[in-house]
This record gives sequence, structure tokens and C-alpha cells, in this order.
Amino acid sequence: MEKRFEKRFAALAAKHEGGFVPFVTLCDPDFETSIKILHCLRENGADALELGFPFSDPCADGPVIQHADKRALKSGARTKDFFACIRAVRDADPEIPMSILVYANVVYAHGIDNFFKMAADSGLDAVLVPDVPSGMLTTKSGDFAKAAADHGIDTVLIAPPNADDATLQQIAKITTGYTYVLSRFGITGTETAFGKPVKVIKRLKELKAPVPILGFGISTPEHVKQALETGAVGAIAGSGCVKIIEKHLGDVPALLKELGAYVSAMKAATRG
Amino acid sequence: MTILNPFFGKYGGQYVPEVLIPALNQLEETFVEARHDPSFRRELNDLLHKYAGRPTPLTLCQNITKGTKTRIYLKREDLVHGGAHKTNQVIGQALLAKRMGKTRIIAETGAGQHGVATALICARMGFKCRIYMGITDTERQKPNVFRMRLMGAEVREISVGAGTLKEACNEALRDYAANFENTHYIIGTAAGPHPFPTIVREFQKIIGEEIRYQIELEEGRLPDACFACVGGGSNAIGMFADFLDTDVPLYGVEPGGKGLETGMHGATIEKGVDGIFFGALSKNLQTEDGMINESNTISAGLDFPSVGPQHAYLDSIGRVKYVNATNKEALEAFVLLSEQEGIIPALESSHAMAYAIKMMREHPDKEQVFVVNLSGRGDKDIFSVSKYLEDLGCIRADGSIDTAPLRK
Repeated sequence: MEKRFEKRFAALAAKHEGGFVPFVTLCDPDFETSIKILHCLRENGADALELGFPFSDPCADGPVIQHADKRALKSGARTKDFFACIRAVRDADPEIPMSILVYANVVYAHGIDNFFKMAADSGLDAVLVPDVPSGMLTTKSGDFAKAAADHGIDTVLIAPPNADDATLQQIAKITTGYTYVLSRFGITGTETAFGKPVKVIKRLKELKAPVPILGFGISTPEHVKQALETGAVGAIAGSGCVKIIEKHLGDVPALLKELGAYVSAMKAATRG
Repeated sequence: MTILNPFFGKYGGQYVPEVLIPALNQLEETFVEARHDPSFRRELNDLLHKYAGRPTPLTLCQNITKGTKTRIYLKREDLVHGGAHKTNQVIGQALLAKRMGKTRIIAETGAGQHGVATALICARMGFKCRIYMGITDTERQKPNVFRMRLMGAEVREISVGAGTLKEACNEALRDYAANFENTHYIIGTAAGPHPFPTIVREFQKIIGEEIRYQIELEEGRLPDACFACVGGGSNAIGMFADFLDTDVPLYGVEPGGKGLETGMHGATIEKGVDGIFFGALSKNLQTEDGMINESNTISAGLDFPSVGPQHAYLDSIGRVKYVNATNKEALEAFVLLSEQEGIIPALESSHAMAYAIKMMREHPDKEQVFVVNLSGRGDKDIFSVSKYLEDLGCIRADGSIDTAPLRK
């Protein structure tokens, strides 16, 4: 199994660059446009992609991503289409690391093992399930960690700012690929500025956790710079990207133009 | 690690973002510690007796059972302050919130009964209070919206999706994830992530404990069956908990809506599949891809596409039988209980009553003692019910009510 996240972030470190990871919802607003959006992100400098699997009840997400999920589902897209988007990117770019953020019920509904098999078949690298905390990854009700390992998929956990040391140790032990460091409490969105969990990042590094990437509330190049100053090796921006998609619904060229410029500017901010 | 077992068989768990785990741990610790603290028990009992009006009576139906050998007792949770059983556990959780030093309370509500209960205890104990309620529900349960506002709660109307309980739950979870440091989320039913289903059951099981004592006094024996409606399932688990170690048949009545065959219902246990929603593995109404469907019923309080995990478990081991009553059956029970016993039941509770009536009619000559949990009063429903009855052709020219069309 290729360790694309490890490889990519090692290469960035060698260049003294941070990583910029845009987030969009798969099939938002529909399958065809989504494929164009994913290529646009890649071609404009995204170092990795974090992709949202649409869900009917995204309780960790703010209004911007809730609406994106709704648009995707309304277009009629289903699980096979979400994976087909990933396949399309993988076919075009064998190197780019890709993860998905998918709610537990979607994984569970397909059978946990079967879902991870589909993920591996699509060329995906990592899976983050926001409503499965570290303590619920492996229980008698379902084993997400084993299914991921069996299919060579990285398991990404979220390290929140309020995690105690025992939790951080567990997260450092289980997480593979990268560690999603939560910049603040709450849900996704740009309404609330991001926080700077310097201590959490320092501790994760001491514990030799996979590279810390900061998410939640990051939407401008200035934010990206500040995020990297916390010790994180990369920054994730979701609602900022999705807002551009929402703004240009029905006008794909304008959408791709603005999104491309946004991603370039965000990426530029990672180069010291 | 949790202190108590977060699972019921395979159901339950804590399927929430990692960021909420410390808040759930704090809640569990506080609950475990408070349970055995005599001063906590004293304060709880004091509020239950002198503020909420417990114990509630067990009322024997006089007229509705005529011509049969069935005796139906009603557990009068409609007489609890606030108008429903919801107040029982809200008092307990508010005391836990105080113990944790929280200053703000949030809650979701469907029919508005849990919102009203939360608002009243917040007014009494001085908490800042915000209630999340879907916009479809604020429309069909207007009196409760005003009651909440009157008692100082902020009612936040949610317009996404179908605007019912499911969206209110999502929104409350989002608020909790952002504000848990000063905020306690009083979940209104025996669902959600551990420890909520256990806490809610423990604070509601006083219903069943009182029934056991009262039925012994009246009949000198246990009943032949107990009935409770099931949305999330808090009044049902409150009634059933103290009977689980007996062999009394227990019936959980889900909302059959327009009939199970139409797909327009909220019969989560009968028709749902295993899935993870609202913090727990339970039964849900959902698509093959795991998208949660909207439920459908005239009863806002039962309009929930999931169910408390302990009910999913009790179904899986066959201890409780989960059945359903349709909109029409519930409406008929609503009218019959009003006309013949002078008690206007909540539409939710009317589902439990409807199923008891159905079993009574099936065996008119059988000597049997039923207890129905009359979980709430129906004042909040009168405007919607009058409209439903009119639409179904149940209002005669002189304004009187004819239930015949409901039996077609």
C-alpha cells in the first residue's frame, strides 16, 4: 500500500512548505460538475484533498456544508457516484493523497468492511468518520479500525483542543495518514475564527502522531499562515471552497475560475 | 472509558465527535455520583412532590370499557406539572446541570412538551434556556411555543428539511459541540449518546415504580399488559423499566401514520434497520445508502425516524412487543377518552390508548387488567385535532363529533 499522505507531507517538509488541503463535498452540486471541481483543486496547487461524503444529517457541519450535502443528495447522486469521483481523480493523478469525511451511518449502512473495500477500490487513501470518536472505533457493535487496516486505508482521528492526555495518546497510537487537529469547538464554518491549539500539536508531535493538519474556521491565506505558525504542517479549508461553489451555481466557468484563484492564493500562503 | 456500560446488547454507544466526549464523561461522572448522594435525592424528590405534583394517580376507566370484561387503568402522567411525563427527568437533568456548574440549558422538542418542561425548570432554577424546534412543529403545536416563550425560553425555529424533531436534534447537537463548557443539553428522550438513554430511564422509571405499587393496591396483582407510546421512547422506558424483571407483557406502540403499507409512518422498530444516528446505534428509518428518512405521523412528539437504543435491544430479545396505531386509530382514541372519560389525552398517548382499545375489542369476554401510560395531556393538540377531524368528515353540521369515519 502506498502511503500517499506520508510521502506528500515528507516532500513538503523537505521543501519547507506547508500543505494546503481544500475540502469540498462530493457531487456538489452534481456528479459532472464535481469532477471538474476536483480537477480544478488539484491543478491549482492542492497538496491533498479532503472530500465530504454527503449525508442527510451532518451534525458536525455548519450551514454551508449542510447545504452542499443537500445539493449533492438532491442531484440524485449515491454512494457509487461519490466513489466514482474519487476514481476519476485517482486515474488522473496517481500521487495526490485523498481522504474522505464520512458519517458513521453511511459506512455502517453498506457494511463496515464492505465500505472500506469500496474505498480501497476507488483509490482512496484515508477515511475520517467524525461521529466515531477514538473510543468507539473498535467495539462489539462494529470495528471501523480493523476494516480500515484490512483494506489498507488510513484511519484519521480528530484531536480536539479539549482532549486529555490519555485521549491524545490513544489518538496518536491509532491514527494513520494524518491527524486532524480541531482548531476550536463547534461545527465547520467560517463564522467563528479558528483557535490555535499549540499545546495539542506539540503533544501530538512528542507522541509521534501522524502529521497534524489544522481544520475548522480557516478560510483566508492569512488564516493559512497563522495555522502553520501553530506547528501544524497543513491547513484544511472547507466552507471557504464550498461558498464559492454555492455562489456560482449554474455557471461552471465562473465557478472554476474563482475556485482556482482561491486555491492558488491559499497554496501560496503555505510557502513561507 | 465510560463508568457504566454504554451499550444495550449491541445497541447504543457514543457515536459523537471526539470533542463532545469530555462533556459526556463529565455528565456520566456527575450522574453516578449524584445518584447515591442523599442531598441530591432529597432535592429531586422535593421537586417531584412539591413542584411537579407526584405521585400521579392511577385512574380506572368507567365507560370506555363498557360491554367488555377488560379493566383499563390510566397512569396519569398528563397531570404532572407541565402536562406530560417529560418534567420527571428534566428536573433530574437540571439538578445535574447545576451540580456541573453549567449556566445555560439547551433542548430539542417535537410536540413541545419537552421544551415546556425544560423551560419551566429553567425558569424555576435560573438557567438561560434555548429550545430547538422544527418549523413544522412550531406550527402544529403553537400553544406550547407560547408557553415556552412565556416562561422565558428562547425558541429557535429550524426550517431545514421537514422541520421536525430530527432537525431540531441535529441543531441542538451542533450547539452542544460549540458550547458544552457552560451549557448542558437536556436530551428529551431515552435516545442519544451514552449516558443519556440511561440517565433518562433512571429519572423516568418512577412511572413504573408507582404503577407497581398502585396496581397492587387496586387489584392485588400485576396487570395483564402495559401500554406506552414510543417515539424516542422515554415514557415507555419509564413505564417498562420496573416491569422488565416480571413476565407482564409490555407493548410499545409506535406511530403507524397513514398505515405501514403506505410508507408514511414512524414505526422505526417495526420497519427500521440498524444504523447510527443521533449518537447511538439503534433502529432507524433510512435508505440503503444510510440517509435518514423523514418519519410521518400526526403526532409531533412521535415524529422521529429513530428510537432509543434500549428499545431496539428490548425488541431484539423479544421482551417488549412493538406494535403500531395509525393516525385514525389514535384520533379515535383521542375522541373516545375525551367523550367517555372526560380526559383529553395527548395525541402521542392516544396511540398507546388506541392499541389497548383494539386488544380490548378483540377479546370482549376476557377478564383482563390493562395499564396505559397516559404520558401527556392533549390541550396542546385541540386545534390540530379539530382540523384533522374536519378533514376526515368527523364534524357534523351541528358541530358535534362523529367518530364513525375514523373506523373505516
